[in-house]
Amino acid sequence: MHNNGHANAEGHGHDGHGDHGHGAPESFIRKYVFSVDHKVIGIQYGITALVFLFLGFCLILLMRWQLAYPEQALPVIGRLFGVTRMPEGVMLPEFYNQLGAMHGTIMVFLGVVPLAVGAFGNYLVPLQVGAPDMAFPKLNAASYWLYFVGGVIMLISFFIPGGAAKSGWTSYPPLAVIETAGQTWWLLGMVFLINSSLLGSVNIITTIVQLRAPGLKFMRLPFFVWAQLVTSLLLLLAFPPLEVAGFMQLLDRVAGTSFFMPSGLVISGEAYTGSGGGNALLWQHLFWFLAHPEVYVLILPAMGIVCEVLANNSRKPLYGYKALVYSVIFLGFMSFVVWAHHMFLTGMGTAISTFFQLTTMIISVPSIIILTVMILSLWGGSIRFTTPMLFALAFIPMFGIGGLTGLPLGLSVADIHLHDTYYVIGHFHFVVAPGTLLALFAGIYYWYPKVTGRRMNDTLGRWHFWPSLVCMVGTFMPMFVLGMAGVSRRLYDGGATYAHAQDYLWINQLITFSSWGLALAQVFFIVNFFVSLKNGEKVEDNPWQGTTLEWATTSPPLGHGNFEAPVTVYRGPYEYSVPRAKRDFSPQHLKRI
Amino acid sequence: MIEFARSMWMPQAASTHAGQVDGLIGWVHLLMLVLFVGWGIFFFFILVRFRKRRNPKANYEGTHSHLSRWVEGAVAVIEIALLFGLSVPVWARVVANPTPAEEAMTIRVVGQQFAWNIHYPGADGVFGATSVDLVDAEANPVGVDRDDVMAKDDIVTVNQLHIPVDTPIRIELSSFDVVHSFFLPEMRVKQDAIPGMTIPLSFTATATGEWEIACAQLCGLGHYRMRGFFTVHDQAGFNAWMAERVAEVEAASQPKGFFD
Repeated sequence: MHNNGHANAEGHGHDGHGDHGHGAPESFIRKYVFSVDHKVIGIQYGITALVFLFLGFCLILLMRWQLAYPEQALPVIGRLFGVTRMPEGVMLPEFYNQLGAMHGTIMVFLGVVPLAVGAFGNYLVPLQVGAPDMAFPKLNAASYWLYFVGGVIMLISFFIPGGAAKSGWTSYPPLAVIETAGQTWWLLGMVFLINSSLLGSVNIITTIVQLRAPGLKFMRLPFFVWAQLVTSLLLLLAFPPLEVAGFMQLLDRVAGTSFFMPSGLVISGEAYTGSGGGNALLWQHLFWFLAHPEVYVLILPAMGIVCEVLANNSRKPLYGYKALVYSVIFLGFMSFVVWAHHMFLTGMGTAISTFFQLTTMIISVPSIIILTVMILSLWGGSIRFTTPMLFALAFIPMFGIGGLTGLPLGLSVADIHLHDTYYVIGHFHFVVAPGTLLALFAGIYYWYPKVTGRRMNDTLGRWHFWPSLVCMVGTFMPMFVLGMAGVSRRLYDGGATYAHAQDYLWINQLITFSSWGLALAQVFFIVNFFVSLKNGEKVEDNPWQGTTLEWATTSPPLGHGNFEAPVTVYRGPYEYSVPRAKRDFSPQHLKRI
Repeated sequence: MIEFARSMWMPQAASTHAGQVDGLIGWVHLLMLVLFVGWGIFFFFILVRFRKRRNPKANYEGTHSHLSRWVEGAVAVIEIALLFGLSVPVWARVVANPTPAEEAMTIRVVGQQFAWNIHYPGADGVFGATSVDLVDAEANPVGVDRDDVMAKDDIVTVNQLHIPVDTPIRIELSSFDVVHSFFLPEMRVKQDAIPGMTIPLSFTATATGEWEIACAQLCGLGHYRMRGFFTVHDQAGFNAWMAERVAEVEAASQPKGFFD
């Protein structure tokens, strides 16, 4: 089973373009646009996702202007958005709500997940398991193009009458059902994105289970591969309910059904004419049944990246590899039974709220174990503060804050005050922005030489790292203060209407200034990313002296097929500084240490 | 612990259960702070102690300490203690089992885009019949059927919630259109208002004051201005306010005279 990976990969390792990267020439379109090579698709995912991350960031920067200076004209560019969005440069609430809904949607579904799973998963999983490609290369391409079309649909929705979706990335009915046509486009876009994720997850699971190189037992898999495996299982099992729910909401909107529309509604003074009899809460259950596992989809690949970078840069094995693996599996399982902690205030009795609080407290334990393993792995190491290592190290305290601030939100009584306030925003942004995004940056700096054969500039990397870290903390930390003060999220004027928010409005400006600093810091990354393509220091095949299989081939890897000859694995993934070994790293694929 | 929480920027607490909410928030933040500072110091120490310059050769074995298991175990125990010691009992007492209607002053609150409709049962203590067909934004915001004998004395206000201090209040919360969330920050009361459901909640104010009702759930373009006024009177002040409302209702229900 293990050696016939080429055959499993639909024969694409052989047909026409050879295993060795210099076979028969292919048309540009076949090679770079509609490629079925997991590496090309991974890069396509990566570039597209980075563009969407940038776009999602721009949306929030616009919103941050309005929050810091409510109803003041945005200088210079404000008028470009037109009278339906920003007349005289002043943002309308309708446009604010579009930006809010689309910021969340783009960041989660079009930015972070495609980068973490689509790009890193696609590029690295086959390499790290020693496979010539994903198990289903054409399915892989289909997955990317579904994602691409889903993204285009989301973008077009900004330009239709009424603009894009306005009901938050959560799209709670009845609001989502009665909003303008943008919501229909949102639902259609989501169908494409969901199907893309489903195809991608099937592919990753099959690849990991079926195409591992000989000797690569499950307990020898790099932790990154484990993280991708559990992530894909979550996507596969959690997305179908949301897809069904999406179709139900679509029918409510366009076919007059009432899955989520109760009887007796009075909307804008008029009795609602739909049939009624539905249940608004049903959507929330179906949505969060996906969206809580989705949180772990956002964080697990990041943890995987961090573990790879930590082991490599501390030059020693991870402490408690087995504990890590069992924790991530348990985390994945538990993530399916915590969803209603997003819904404590929907009229929940004691028994149900206790159940979901208990599962939430339980799920904190494996997270704590994973963080502890990361810290303890450094003990006894010889730590190199490379650029990827800085990002990976910063992940630990940042994710720590994100995780810890989840505790009060997971206790229903504390949630009475904190629910739907900026405390929630601070919490999950610490998880996914200073958490996941820093880890993704670590991954980009770490594997850039693998993909391009060149290293990114270290000085620019540091100039990117330190201001990003400071500005992220400056952006998200003050949100906890706003939340404690009771300032609600999703307010067009940042709370300026409310007396209880008056003493804290200056914090909105502080956050906005920090977000501008964060934007400026990204210039160093963008410049570094492009300039290094041509001018970066050329590297040998294994520039970080890593042990896992992606370093067993050339950098960049050979053409379609990845490896010169099938590789065999002799040991675990993190055999660094093995006593009596000649070097301080013992690659998985070399027989002698 | 309550003081600790309140020192963390929380608004004034003015209900009987507010101390329990704030106490839990205080305890859990203390736990978070201890963990973060402890881990942070340890993390920083490791980074300095095991940097390449100080420790050029890594140790394959790393640490064999099991201290971390004790820490993880202790965290789990504390979490469970907070859950069953503070959160579950308070939830059971305050949220899941609100004061029954006969022991409290009952008020209906109906959210709509973008206002809070407040419905008092009036002197008879019984809500009159309502119907969505009678709803009229200006004249009859909750659709009270004034032909119903029980409805004659019902009081309806928009965005004006007035209650007496030290009196158990029961609010029966619902929504006409979309999901809203009824938030009285100083009472530590927050409850989603979900169309198709009526959800009771209760609290007792311990101080008089003039505060706000906030909407905490995105409900459309006017969400940010769905602000109501919330006044806690002493008993005499409340009686006076209520008497004015009763007079208004009576004036409105008098058959109009020839010269009016």
